[in-house]
Amino acid sequence: MAVLTTQINPRSEGFQANEASMRHEVMKLRELTAAISQGGGEKARARHESRGKLFVRDRIDHLIDEGSPFLEFSALAAHEVYESEVPAAGVVTGIGRVSGVECVIVANDATVKGGTYYPLTVKKHIRAQEIARKHRLPCIYLVDSGGAFLPRQDEVFPDRDHFGRIFYNQATLSAEGIPQIAVVMGSCTAGGAYVPAMADESIIVKEQGTIFLGGPPLVKAATGESISAEDLGGADVHAKVSGVADHYAENDAHALQLARACVSRLNWQKRGELKMQAPKPPRLDPSELYGIVGTDLKKPFDVREVIGRIVDDSAFDEFKRYYGDTLVTGFAHIHGYPVGIVANNGVLFSESAVKGAHFIELCAQRKIPLVFLQNITGFMVGSKYEHEGIAKHGAKLVTAVACAKVPKFTVLIGGSFGAGNYGMCGRAYDPNLLFMWPNARISVMGGEQAAGVLAQVKREQYEREGREWSKEEEEAFKQPTREQYEHQGHPYYASARLWDDGVIDPAQTRDVLGLSLAAAMNAEVEETRFGVFRM
Amino acid sequence: MSHSPATRTTPFDTLLVANRGEIACRVMRTARRMGLRTVAVYSDADATARHVREADEAVRLGPAAARESYLDIAAVVEAAQRTGAGAIHPGYGFLSENGAFVEALDAAGITFVGPPASAIAAMGDKSAAKARMANAGVPLVPGYHGDDQDDALLKAEADEIGYPVLLKASAGGGGKGMRVVESGEQFQAALDGCRRESQAAFGDTRMLIEKYLTQPRHVEVQVFCDSHGNGVYLFERDCSVQRRHQKVLEEAPAPGMTAALRREMGEAAVRAAKEIGYVGAGTVEFLLDADGSFYFMEMNTRLQVEHPVTEMITGQDLVEWQLRVAMGEALPLAQEALTITGHSFEARLYAEDPEQDFLPATGTLTRFAMDLAGAGLDPERVRLDSGVETGDAVSMHYDPMLAKLIVHGDDREQALATLNRALAALDVQGVVTNRAFLQRLATHPAFQSAELDTRFIEKNEATLFAPRQYRIEEYAGAALVGLNQLARECESDSPWDRHDGFRLNAPHTIRIALCDPTHVQDDESSDNVVVVEGRRERGTDTGWQLAIRGETLTASLQPLEGDAVAVTLNGHRRRLQARRDGNVVVMVDPSGETRLFWRRIDAIDHGHHEAESTLTAPMHGTVVALLVEAGQKVEKGMPLMVMEAMKMEHTMTAPADGHVASFHFQAGETVGQGDVLLEFAPEE
Repeated sequence: MAVLTTQINPRSEGFQANEASMRHEVMKLRELTAAISQGGGEKARARHESRGKLFVRDRIDHLIDEGSPFLEFSALAAHEVYESEVPAAGVVTGIGRVSGVECVIVANDATVKGGTYYPLTVKKHIRAQEIARKHRLPCIYLVDSGGAFLPRQDEVFPDRDHFGRIFYNQATLSAEGIPQIAVVMGSCTAGGAYVPAMADESIIVKEQGTIFLGGPPLVKAATGESISAEDLGGADVHAKVSGVADHYAENDAHALQLARACVSRLNWQKRGELKMQAPKPPRLDPSELYGIVGTDLKKPFDVREVIGRIVDDSAFDEFKRYYGDTLVTGFAHIHGYPVGIVANNGVLFSESAVKGAHFIELCAQRKIPLVFLQNITGFMVGSKYEHEGIAKHGAKLVTAVACAKVPKFTVLIGGSFGAGNYGMCGRAYDPNLLFMWPNARISVMGGEQAAGVLAQVKREQYEREGREWSKEEEEAFKQPTREQYEHQGHPYYASARLWDDGVIDPAQTRDVLGLSLAAAMNAEVEETRFGVFRM
Repeated sequence: MSHSPATRTTPFDTLLVANRGEIACRVMRTARRMGLRTVAVYSDADATARHVREADEAVRLGPAAARESYLDIAAVVEAAQRTGAGAIHPGYGFLSENGAFVEALDAAGITFVGPPASAIAAMGDKSAAKARMANAGVPLVPGYHGDDQDDALLKAEADEIGYPVLLKASAGGGGKGMRVVESGEQFQAALDGCRRESQAAFGDTRMLIEKYLTQPRHVEVQVFCDSHGNGVYLFERDCSVQRRHQKVLEEAPAPGMTAALRREMGEAAVRAAKEIGYVGAGTVEFLLDADGSFYFMEMNTRLQVEHPVTEMITGQDLVEWQLRVAMGEALPLAQEALTITGHSFEARLYAEDPEQDFLPATGTLTRFAMDLAGAGLDPERVRLDSGVETGDAVSMHYDPMLAKLIVHGDDREQALATLNRALAALDVQGVVTNRAFLQRLATHPAFQSAELDTRFIEKNEATLFAPRQYRIEEYAGAALVGLNQLARECESDSPWDRHDGFRLNAPHTIRIALCDPTHVQDDESSDNVVVVEGRRERGTDTGWQLAIRGETLTASLQPLEGDAVAVTLNGHRRRLQARRDGNVVVMVDPSGETRLFWRRIDAIDHGHHEAESTLTAPMHGTVVALLVEAGQKVEKGMPLMVMEAMKMEHTMTAPADGHVASFHFQAGETVGQGDVLLEFAPEE
């Protein structure tokens, strides 16, 4: 394979400035992640632990294999969304390895608002189940939740992708042969009671886990019966009387051991078959990504410098190197797994779009997973391009991306604007996983362009009315739009709303993709059937 | 009295070694150097043992049990005839002091490398030997050596001598069939036990009784006689450090020995040898009292296990001397030509667990090596006499001694320092050994200042077995060793298999739990488990931040040659031998060994304890006796069953008040390690 070489000069001023600004962004991200990982804060945690319960992240550490990676999803969920902070939306989700099997873990954090489900908690829980379905990964639910957050019941309860979808997913995932294991480590009230009840196997912790459709206050109100939570639906009730739980645990640690044992009995076999190579680290240093990319989207960089720092041995066999060169396509390996890489290297032209569609067809035909590296302002505009039919050429790329059934992974490494987002496998195109770098921005178009478009409309209106519009007035008009776009296009804003599966440190991209690819290999790679390509 | 049968002068070019283990290897080494062809013999258990591998030829004797193989005189003689061996070296133990064997060889015209049968007979019967020694003017300890073996009479004699007394099998040796009796009440039980062991080991139940000196040192003199009437002594060895009357650490010369006393004891020893017409290598054992008086204990008519310390200080090869004498040559050196140079120690490495009352251990040696270079040791000063190698099995059938580590130094202090370093460099895995215990002995202040007596281990039990306080640095070191190894234990290329503790937007994080050996058997509440959280930045060669008990250390590990690693904690770099052996992390440096058990953080015992209702065999062995009836009510601690393994008796006691519901084995049956011996029904 061809080995990429680098043109960069790490001692140059531009590199140094880029490096400093990206490092600053990564540090901010890490600090925010660390703060979020504390859950509901020290007091809530002390109270939680004083009951002999493990903190949610300790539960996950106990559950996963010793030294195993944990690929967490959307730690920034609900960040700055609600009137008060709901760290990680009160539920920790991710892929962890349990008894040698990659599993999706969904763990309530009872230190955050009692583990209740905010709208984004529901969205995050359901997203984790979708990931499990797509990757064919067993699900382990560590349940410790007060159920729906009642003040927002209208955003939590009724709609298709609201609370009910969780149990719909449990049923249909189980139907697909994807194991559902529930560990009841705290409350599991009302709708929540269906998590263990719908599970294939469930475990409950003595004097700690409770399962009931109606809690003691509701029972009292409805029937006048006075009963403690433990007597109503504790471990003894469910493990010995009702049969709602299958395994009886002495405490959290024991429950997690039992969960590990459950997984070890799954007779789990991965179904994906890729021709692997021995993994090799990149020859080029991944930490140099900071200095190459920086945080100023207006400063271009050669995306091959990025690819060379993500793929095995920095080896990359390019496809159609000299044709449609604003889109770079080619074959490489990540952690030993073969991948087809589709990466932006400028604005999309008709040629680059068609080349992309061709390459995606190749990968789908050969069942090679696709990795999209998005850094795209959009398709080229102007009469020349409209007349040559850039819309139908772009449509070919979008069709190919939409229909390809191979595992698809998208990383937003820069701008993600307009139709470029579609052609490069944005969220709507159902990539297995989608991650953002902290320098990335996502919006229908750039803030400057949006402000310009809106200003143009306004100016025309002024002109029709014969009014003057000063440069200063126009500038003042444009500024809020720019600010709005900057705010809403920011990765934290996006990730808080689950438009992605997480904001990641660029230097970890290779590992994140490797773990994702390996997890995806639990599922069989399907045959692709493409739709009609407009020729 | 001179004794030189014609057979002794027959030259031979082929030597059969009627033994196994390290001594067989050691004898063959010298024999080969002298140009002799070597023949090994083996039992089924030893078919691929090291002594067989190293011999030019080897002949099977029989099944694993020693009495059907290494003790089978006819089989050994036949092996010699089949291979044309003109001489047989018996090593120590087995047939080395068996007069019938020597007579059989004489009859077959095969040279016995050792004394004549008459000399063996003279010393083999301990009681008769004492009488002859008294005649020759060798001082004796008060005792009873009579033929009348009536229980009551023996008890009366013991009362007469005054407790404590030592009960000893007349035919015995090597600590078997031997007990100290502290009071008259214990006498009968001890007598029964000794007779049982003696019967099993020697087929003889006769006992002798001796005054048990309270602060005696075990000092023995190496003597050598040829068939021309010459006799010399090669100075003394101090073998005071013993457990269960089995030597553990030996040294030469004996500390505090004056030239006058050395001559006095040496000459008494040569006198003793000449009295019985001795030929070859022998050892006269004395008890040396604090006042410098010494008493004859016994004479071992063979090469001793600990002979290498004598070789180290005299520069002589005692096996070569033995072979030359057996060929009819005169002793290579006269008394005046023999001198002492420096000091030597020998440490015996046993497959046994000092923490569990020295219970012998079995298993497969997954690693047996000594990294001299890594420990910075001079190969001229360190000798490892071993009968095993990596991959060898340690079976229940024979003595659990695996090897002997012998060192030499210019003086005692230097030799002891070398011994410590060498013990640290000795890497034995797969089988529990006393290596760390030897290190604790050798670094013990009382041993360093040569405060020796035969009850050294009992007297210093409190400090030798003191529960250790483990320091944060030790947990940190163990965590590093484990983490380093964990990272190498990948089963596949999957990134999920990398054990690198990957965490998104955070340092890689791994949490592990460590438990010290004193608590590993306990109910493992989280108090006994130390959780270590290791964090490090992406990439494999950067150091860890280890959080242990609220402290944070900057830690890194650098692999050096072999098992040596450099562990740096907060800028303090230390070199040690380290490895992870299953779930145990072992770290060894010259100050001792640290073993910490590695667990998953959730591997805590979660209760659900049923009362212990079964008793399992601690090792392979044979059931000797059932001491109670099934159904009979017993109190906690009462003996229920006796089994024998590794030639030692082990008593199974009642775990609680209750009764035995059923025995799963009868006396005489063989049990495997872990077999359920009996069902016990505790009282409700």
